[in-house]
Amino acid sequence: MDASFDVTKHTLVPKHSKLTVEQVTKLIGEYNISIEQLPRILKSDPAIKTLDPEVGDVIEIERKSPTIGKAKYYRMVMNG
Amino acid sequence: MENIYKKIDKISFSLLSPQQIKKMAHVKVVTPELYDKEGYPVEGGLMDTRLGVIDPGLRCRTCNGKLKECPGHFGYIELGRPVLHISYIKAIYTFLQTTCKECSRLLLDEESTQKYAAKIDKLKTSGKEELIPKVCKLVRATAKTVKKCPHCKAKLTPVKFEKPSTFMEETKRVTPIEILERFEKISDADVMLIGVDPRFARPEWMVMGVFPIPPVTMRPSITLESGERAEDDLTHKLSDIVRINQRLFENINAGAPEIIVEDLWDLLQYHITTFFNNDIAQVPPARHRSGQPLKTITERIKSKEGRFRHNLAGKRVNYAARTVISPDPKIELNEVGVPVLIAMELTVPERVTEWNIDWLKKFIKNGPKIYPGANYVLDGTKKKKITLETQEVILEELAPGQIVERHLLDGDISIFNRQPSLHRMSIMCHKVRVLPGKSFRLNPSVCNPYNADFDGDEMNLHIPQTEEARAEAEILMEVETQIMSPKHGLNVIGCIDDAVTGNYILTKDETELTKEDAVRLLISVGVEDSETLNSLKKKISGKQIFSAILPKDFNFVHDKVIIENGQLKTGQIDPKTIGEGNGTLLRDIHRNYSEAECVDLFGKIFKLGIAYLQIRGFTITTSDADIPEEVREKARAVIQDAMTSVTDIIAQYKQNRLKTFSGKTMDETLELMVMQKLNETRISIGKMVSKSVSEENNAIIMSRAGKGNIINLAQTSMIVGQQALRGKRIERGYKNRTLSLFKEHDKSPEAKGFVRHSYKNGLNPVEFFFHAMTGRDSLMDTALRTPKSGYLYRRLANALQDLKVEYDGTVRDANKTIVQFAYGDDHIDVSKSENGTIDIKKIIEEVSKK
Repeated sequence: MDASFDVTKHTLVPKHSKLTVEQVTKLIGEYNISIEQLPRILKSDPAIKTLDPEVGDVIEIERKSPTIGKAKYYRMVMNG
Repeated sequence: MENIYKKIDKISFSLLSPQQIKKMAHVKVVTPELYDKEGYPVEGGLMDTRLGVIDPGLRCRTCNGKLKECPGHFGYIELGRPVLHISYIKAIYTFLQTTCKECSRLLLDEESTQKYAAKIDKLKTSGKEELIPKVCKLVRATAKTVKKCPHCKAKLTPVKFEKPSTFMEETKRVTPIEILERFEKISDADVMLIGVDPRFARPEWMVMGVFPIPPVTMRPSITLESGERAEDDLTHKLSDIVRINQRLFENINAGAPEIIVEDLWDLLQYHITTFFNNDIAQVPPARHRSGQPLKTITERIKSKEGRFRHNLAGKRVNYAARTVISPDPKIELNEVGVPVLIAMELTVPERVTEWNIDWLKKFIKNGPKIYPGANYVLDGTKKKKITLETQEVILEELAPGQIVERHLLDGDISIFNRQPSLHRMSIMCHKVRVLPGKSFRLNPSVCNPYNADFDGDEMNLHIPQTEEARAEAEILMEVETQIMSPKHGLNVIGCIDDAVTGNYILTKDETELTKEDAVRLLISVGVEDSETLNSLKKKISGKQIFSAILPKDFNFVHDKVIIENGQLKTGQIDPKTIGEGNGTLLRDIHRNYSEAECVDLFGKIFKLGIAYLQIRGFTITTSDADIPEEVREKARAVIQDAMTSVTDIIAQYKQNRLKTFSGKTMDETLELMVMQKLNETRISIGKMVSKSVSEENNAIIMSRAGKGNIINLAQTSMIVGQQALRGKRIERGYKNRTLSLFKEHDKSPEAKGFVRHSYKNGLNPVEFFFHAMTGRDSLMDTALRTPKSGYLYRRLANALQDLKVEYDGTVRDANKTIVQFAYGDDHIDVSKSENGTIDIKKIIEEVSKK
């Protein structure tokens, strides 16, 4: 496959962005959870390559939703 | 997470070494005999009392524990010759292939051995243990290809595995003794590289020199009614093993010829193999004298009847019944008809108080054999059976505080279920209604949630035994609480078949009844207030009768159906208003009235439809498929038109002039165009048929309200249409043609499965054949798809079973990790919505009106 292909530009790849530390604390407080209780995303996931993710970062994903149009999902970066 | 204070991180399984087997054993078994002449267990036999206790009252000679205290103890036997363990036969093969037969070293040169060892070490220190198996796999793959030992330079002969348990080097057999000798010499480091941790499993432990005898507690003998003892299958197998082992010893000691010894050795291998697994290809299963195969260790664990799915994941209950189901439209939606026979077997525990003692005494007087009776009385811990002899004593002793297990009565709470229980409406709470006969009776309207029909379906009934269980069942599982489906927010229960047809005809503008008929109808439905009945005039329209059962304050609008203050003004009741899945009228009633009112009203609507249809009568005749000649003429012209245009398309195709659709080949384009043309014809003929037929036509009535579709009428009266196999016109058969009477590459409609005749006028032989083809295909399809999708669903449900919507609206699994941040992204409880959405505008309108 062409190495220069940018998956984040693809229509089927939702928008990924990294949360700041403050945003993470707010999120954790909102749901009353630890970050380990978030769903995971691989550090090597092509969709977040450009975000320089570190293990333990939280990624916000803005997905299309059939019920409300756009829904926000959060994932913790894990090794792999 | 706080509640978990100890969590299983990993489980390691290991092999038993001969030393361990001997260490855990308390008995050396030396004789295949079980009992002596007096019937006592033989010392050193398979039922030795040191192996555990299975008789109540006795004590274990090893641990002095009683039955249920003593867990049982292992014994062992020394095998005359070593034997391969069948479950590790593949691993044994790998070890034979990857090590040298002379020096028993791994078949890799010094350099690569070191390279791989270093790799594994590195993975271990960097915490990537999960990648080690991959390296080991590589080691095995490379070592298998080596032809000459890099260490002792011995020339190697490839080992061949002959199922089930022999290994050959060219023509010579590698005996288990040799295997044992080779394996013992393999170094721990080499074992590690091959992929086995020598701390837990040395390769030579896969060849058994001593054999553990499992405790009697896992193979208890049963005493039959005749007083005879029947031994467990495992005991039978073990006695075979011990017997053959002894004969082997005797022959070896007597210096018998090697052939005889080897025969016995093979036999021992067979018995030990079938002891572990009696279901191996190439091995004839060991059988009872009756011919039924023995259930040995693997069979105890494996598959549906095994320990996991049968005993651990499967549960059994008392107070349950199962029988065939049949319909009864006269019982209520939330009732279940229970045969008297079953009602006399299932009981409800009723605590005796000073207020109900006289009532309960009646049941005891009737006893277990006369219907409303009772079977047992519980007095503290005593359980007294009611019989003719005990009856009087029990009656005399009956006092408040005791519990009477009385027969089922009308109105008792029960739980009714049909497998497969795919959604929560598959198990609902019904009120008992004791009826004569031998089948469970249910209202045809609840067939849909249970997915039941009456072609021999059976269902299960459970009787909750405590006050809490009954309350819970009533509040959470009653049929009326389940009308709205949680999957789409529409009603799963609605009027079907006759009930819809009846109401449809009844609410037609022209329908008129005499006062007599109307009163009879309404009374049979359950309208009993004289005010309504007296207010009826000499001639009553169907709409008025339908209105008579509606609540006086009910308002409803859907398309042409308008109900104002409980009066049906215009419109005809049809499946869209009272049917299942999308009955808007039922949904409105459900939303605006209590559950009890809802069920009552629903029952009335249902019964009204059936009762009216019974008075009026309803059938279908061949003349319903009679179409006026001028319409037939027009239809023939339409078909002729279509045929000419198809011929035209084919002609263009043959001359290569056909304009191809983008992304399609010429052939595909032709197919698409022809298919489209032919479909159009059938649709336009269908429209002509429905237009030409009168409203009184029974088939039309059926298609509007009840079973069937307008296509059925079109197919019966005018044209059956294109037969499709896998979405295409029929292609298979001969080379480039479907049947031998067509020319090759014939693309015409009739050569590709177009049926231009109707069912009524008859199909010609070619059409009939094509029709049979698609018919058979769809039959096969449904027969094969059902089990496949069932298994798919089982896997899905097992994977999702512990997902739950928490109080904060998040969907989480059993570890409380989030799976979805807001249920359905919008927090909407689908069962309280309409088709997944909530119409706020409508709610505001309704509220502001009040």
